[in-house]
Amino acid sequence: MDGEAGSPYAMVQAKSAGFNGAADHEETQEDTEVMTSPIAGGVDCDLHPAVPHLTSLLPYLNDYWRDQVTTRGMTDLVSQSYPTNSPISSRPDWRPARGKPGSNLGDMQTQALDPVGVSYGICNPLYGVQMVFSEDMADAFCRALNDWLVKEWLDRDDRLRGSIVIPVQSVEKSVAEIERCAKDRRFVQVLMLVMGDMPLGKRAYWPIYAAAERLGLPIGIHAGSNYHNPPTSVGWGSYHIEDYVAQAQAFQTQLTSLIVEGVFARHPNLKMVMLESGFTWLPPFLWRLHKFWRGIRMETPWVDRAPLEIVRSNIRFSLQPVDAPPDPQVLNRLFEHMQSDELLLFSTDYPHWQFDDDAALPEGMSADLVRKIMIDNPYATYSRLKQPAVKETTT
Amino acid sequence: MNVQYRSSPAPGSPVHARTAIADCDIHPARATATELYPYLAKRWHAHLETYDKHPYQGMMEGPPYPKAQPNASRRDAWPPEGGPQGSSLSFMQQQHLDPNNVVLGVLNPLGTGQGIRNHDLAAAICSAINDWQIEKWTSKDGRLKGSVVVANEDGPTAAAEIRKRAGDKNFVQVLLLSRNVEPLGQRRYWPIYEAAEEVGLPVGVHAFGFGGNPITASGWPSYYIEEMVGHSQCQQTALASLVLEGVFERHPTLKMIMVEAGFGWAPSLSWRLDKTFERLHSEVPHLKRKPSEYISDHIWWTTQPMEDPEKRDHLFELIDWIGWDNLLFATDYPHWDYDEPSRVLPAGVSDANREAFYLGNALKLYGLS
Repeated sequence: MDGEAGSPYAMVQAKSAGFNGAADHEETQEDTEVMTSPIAGGVDCDLHPAVPHLTSLLPYLNDYWRDQVTTRGMTDLVSQSYPTNSPISSRPDWRPARGKPGSNLGDMQTQALDPVGVSYGICNPLYGVQMVFSEDMADAFCRALNDWLVKEWLDRDDRLRGSIVIPVQSVEKSVAEIERCAKDRRFVQVLMLVMGDMPLGKRAYWPIYAAAERLGLPIGIHAGSNYHNPPTSVGWGSYHIEDYVAQAQAFQTQLTSLIVEGVFARHPNLKMVMLESGFTWLPPFLWRLHKFWRGIRMETPWVDRAPLEIVRSNIRFSLQPVDAPPDPQVLNRLFEHMQSDELLLFSTDYPHWQFDDDAALPEGMSADLVRKIMIDNPYATYSRLKQPAVKETTT
Repeated sequence: MNVQYRSSPAPGSPVHARTAIADCDIHPARATATELYPYLAKRWHAHLETYDKHPYQGMMEGPPYPKAQPNASRRDAWPPEGGPQGSSLSFMQQQHLDPNNVVLGVLNPLGTGQGIRNHDLAAAICSAINDWQIEKWTSKDGRLKGSVVVANEDGPTAAAEIRKRAGDKNFVQVLLLSRNVEPLGQRRYWPIYEAAEEVGLPVGVHAFGFGGNPITASGWPSYYIEEMVGHSQCQQTALASLVLEGVFERHPTLKMIMVEAGFGWAPSLSWRLDKTFERLHSEVPHLKRKPSEYISDHIWWTTQPMEDPEKRDHLFELIDWIGWDNLLFATDYPHWDYDEPSRVLPAGVSDANREAFYLGNALKLYGLS
């Protein structure tokens, strides 16, 4: 081991101990007993209100689709990304006696919004509309889902804001849905899944990005798949845990795609937010992308800035899950490797089980970083949050 | 990167005083299309000329994503006697092995029988490649050691090829590629791990390969850079599969090497696996230890393309999280993204770690120390 005195990383060397990092931090134990507490007035950028059942959307469907759902006996659109009873789908003490975790506003208020004391919470509904193969059906369900979100959630708690779920099966219909919903300024973002039919940088998707940029809406990209492709780049694994771990690799390939296809050269003001992505993979991923970009940038000459700069100006990441060891020292080194305190946005990922008790923020973060993550960064990302909410009907 | 070739210094000049290194990723090439014929049954000559290889992807001539350079190789690596880069032993010696003082060079043949849909043809080509490595390379230069390539999608046949090479000192590892029909932990590949453990060979997993899956979880990307950067994601999911399927639980002495896919991702993947495992342990009760422990004990990484952060402290911290004992230096000769041995590791590393990085870890892993 390189531990000589005067070595530029002698201090770090003395502390770290392999992947688990925690073996050798006895002397910091006392400092780290103190929990980092959230501060009031923040923004929770990843909340998941659950549609109780497909039948909950019936009031928001037109006659034809209401008839289709009932006549054909359509089942609930539950994605295997989050099986209802999987431990990851809900923190045990947040699991309701009946129904899906996250399906009750009162629970969300008492379990997430009130204890953290946020000014705003952004709702990212994860409902399996992306898995549907028919673009007409997807369009009907997305419209219903967005209208359901307004009526059942946004209208009932002034702190809540929404993401527009789009029928990504049709770019044209997605743009129309963005334009329809964007009139209600409580919609602050467009929501897509990290795994789909095509890499997200592909030009076919660009009208979606143009609409979002024009309307001041970031694109939120959330963990999850439509399962039209295998959920890993090397095929179908056996386990739910494998799929969940693989979300991080999917985010990595999507970032590559978005950057090298030139999305941010064309739309320099477009922000994208990686939701439930993890973030400790980011620094080494960027080193690698940057190195290959330097080597073969002749292939994608329209990439006019270094990938690192593009990420710093256009890409943000939600805080949870923190895929780091429970060692504040390692975590703070990782923050240092990110070389920016503007990349992370506070999230609880409610009701998913990412942390216990009130440890929404990992231990050992500085007060400055807490303020950036909870307040400054979200407001800088979601331009619509600065404006007073104006209620408009969307139906 | 594309290092321009400088004339080889005369023997005895100072460059020969360079520290001895192991290069754990060298790509030997065939000089001609028919160079394998002496090692292949006659029926396959006609078969190849009529039907060619019939791989798990559509392009018959070149790679699906055109490389940055011809054969993805350094422009100065064409042998003077003709043939593609990496096809001449004497030129490899003159350009790479001698001036860089390579005392161990691990051969990783590409374009073998791996990723061919006809599994009989795959097995025949792989076996021929193994014979060819001995005759053309390892028997001619004792510094070079071969990799047993196997028909990766046909576990029992692959295992038979591994057992056939048991105890043959020309080989130091079994070679697989990262992208296959299924993730590498799946049961169809278990006979390979069983045989490798039995004969005491580590299994290298080199980036690349085709198994019929899109190379991202969202379909096919557009550019070569996406494939190149994406090797690290393919490798991560392949490694996650190996861990979560319990391969290392079943094979407690199996060692594996992640070749040419980066190593910067190793800590984050391990942390993510551990954190998710805490929640979902009940789904994979066959795992008796935390995922990161299997990775620490069973996995090595080759270094090229070297992780290259702006600040060298970040590199040192990263390696510290992985362990200095788990990295194996590699150049990827003769490919264009070759890492120059003298420039890879920044100043500030102890002599012991430097020696382990460049040589000691490889000698130990491959049982040559």
